[in-house]
Amino acid sequence: MIPRGVKYIRRKAVNWGMLALSGTSAVFGLFFLFWILGVVLAKGGSALDWDFFSKLPAPPGVEGGGMANGIVGTLLLTVLATAIGVPCGLFAGTYLAEYGRNGALANTVRFISDVLTSAPSIVIGVFVYAILVRPLRGFSGFAGGVALAFIMIPVVTRTTEEMLQLVPNALREAALALGAPYWKVVVNVCYRRVLGGMTTGILLAIARVSGETAPLLFTALNNPYWNFNPMYPTGTLNVTLFNYAMSPYNDWRAQAWGAAFLITLFVLVVTILARIVVSRTQTGRTPS
Amino acid sequence: MNEILVSPGLQAAPAAPGEAAQRGREVRIDVRRLNFYYGTQQALRNIDLPIHSQEVTAFIGPSGCGKSTLIRCFNRMFDLYRGQRAEGEILLDGKNILDRDVDVTSLRARVGMVFQKPTPFPMSIFDNVAFGIRLYETLPKSELRERVEVALRRAALWEEVKDILGHSGMSLSGGQQQRLCIARAIAVEPEVLLMDEPASALDPIATAKIEELIDQLKGRYTIVIVTHNMQQAARVSAFTAFLYLGELVEFGETERLFTNPERGRTRDYLTGRFG
Repeated sequence: MIPRGVKYIRRKAVNWGMLALSGTSAVFGLFFLFWILGVVLAKGGSALDWDFFSKLPAPPGVEGGGMANGIVGTLLLTVLATAIGVPCGLFAGTYLAEYGRNGALANTVRFISDVLTSAPSIVIGVFVYAILVRPLRGFSGFAGGVALAFIMIPVVTRTTEEMLQLVPNALREAALALGAPYWKVVVNVCYRRVLGGMTTGILLAIARVSGETAPLLFTALNNPYWNFNPMYPTGTLNVTLFNYAMSPYNDWRAQAWGAAFLITLFVLVVTILARIVVSRTQTGRTPS
Repeated sequence: MNEILVSPGLQAAPAAPGEAAQRGREVRIDVRRLNFYYGTQQALRNIDLPIHSQEVTAFIGPSGCGKSTLIRCFNRMFDLYRGQRAEGEILLDGKNILDRDVDVTSLRARVGMVFQKPTPFPMSIFDNVAFGIRLYETLPKSELRERVEVALRRAALWEEVKDILGHSGMSLSGGQQQRLCIARAIAVEPEVLLMDEPASALDPIATAKIEELIDQLKGRYTIVIVTHNMQQAARVSAFTAFLYLGELVEFGETERLFTNPERGRTRDYLTGRFG
């Protein structure tokens, strides 16, 4: 019954070929991913002990020490970047999707935002050095947070815009038809509809900047001591990792692996969190 | 709906001619020389049309004839889109709603709308219905609950959802969602209810329920319905307007228009010669 001509065999062969090709590509990518994760886990996991989380870095040549200030510094900078970057990106994305649409200003913002997304992060670091570090005459955690925020803004902007564009126009019309002012339609209907997707986008943007190092080299610099003043240089896991990994001391290099492991773990946790948010909101039910 | 279900022998005599006209003497919306443009393309030409109070008026015509465009003028839905504009007059209780000084949000509180596809908001069933009420009034909880219940009862949905008011509106079936949208629209107590093909995305049973509902609602609201289903127009409406290529070809009592159309083009459409 089933025709088994030359065309059929050819089609089967192409199907198998493509399947093998895509399967190999997937395995190829995953292989390196697991290799990286494996090495980081093996070398970094063993460097983590209680001292790593509780002590300040030890001077060169002195045994022990930890990265407590760097862990706190990274968290502080990430929080600062999120506090600046997320509102900015949210509002910009809302403007693009709901108000600007295809206007000249919106198209310009969209284009610049895309350029900014792919701008090397080190360029953003140098830029913030020029506009904040030099005028204020000093490296600071604040400048570092701003640099990270600049990396976040275009990501959050485009995520917000793309999410809002998925909201069917019929939904906006339905809310408007009840006499709702447009801002209420956006806040109470559109935002609600894309809450899951937007949360995911924001979490992924946070994960992205929490691993950035280059923009911090020119802004937050580093600091081997506790610092909670945003106007002073602030130590971070990333920059400490960079310095330690380049150092000639074996125990510093071991601790650099520990920092690498911790950063990877943080990104992993945030990403998993993002996935959970997505799966929770896709059920279409709100708890009663 | 009921008339259709009655066996032919028992078919009740249609309402005496002229009865609808007597009941609906009062004109709620008066359309005068209305022209509508999508950019440079004209979609409606010189429409003159009365919408009678507390009656159902149906707009019929082939796709692209302008019937949806016309109904969307009554609550200025086209304001949302750049390049769409209306010229002429649409008098609602004597006031031209196309005037610039008209507050669109309060206009839409008086003129509610139900769309082709059910559009439940991403929130609970209760909040869906309460959404419109909360826009205009701050009510104590008990009173708000009461208003929501009344709206859901009028939309013939209360019995099905009274125990799941906290569930998402999107968890309902298509027909239930559409009745939820009707409940939401009538919860703000509009004077006019616009329905843009409200049953075209529903199965026959849900459609029958919506039509029954329209029949119950017409005593309370002035209803305008767009439909591409001629039988539906015949079943639910007292007046019918037939549009073709952006022009109003014929308007009259549904009974008369369907049995004895004055214009050749109306007859051709009703008999399926085009459309």
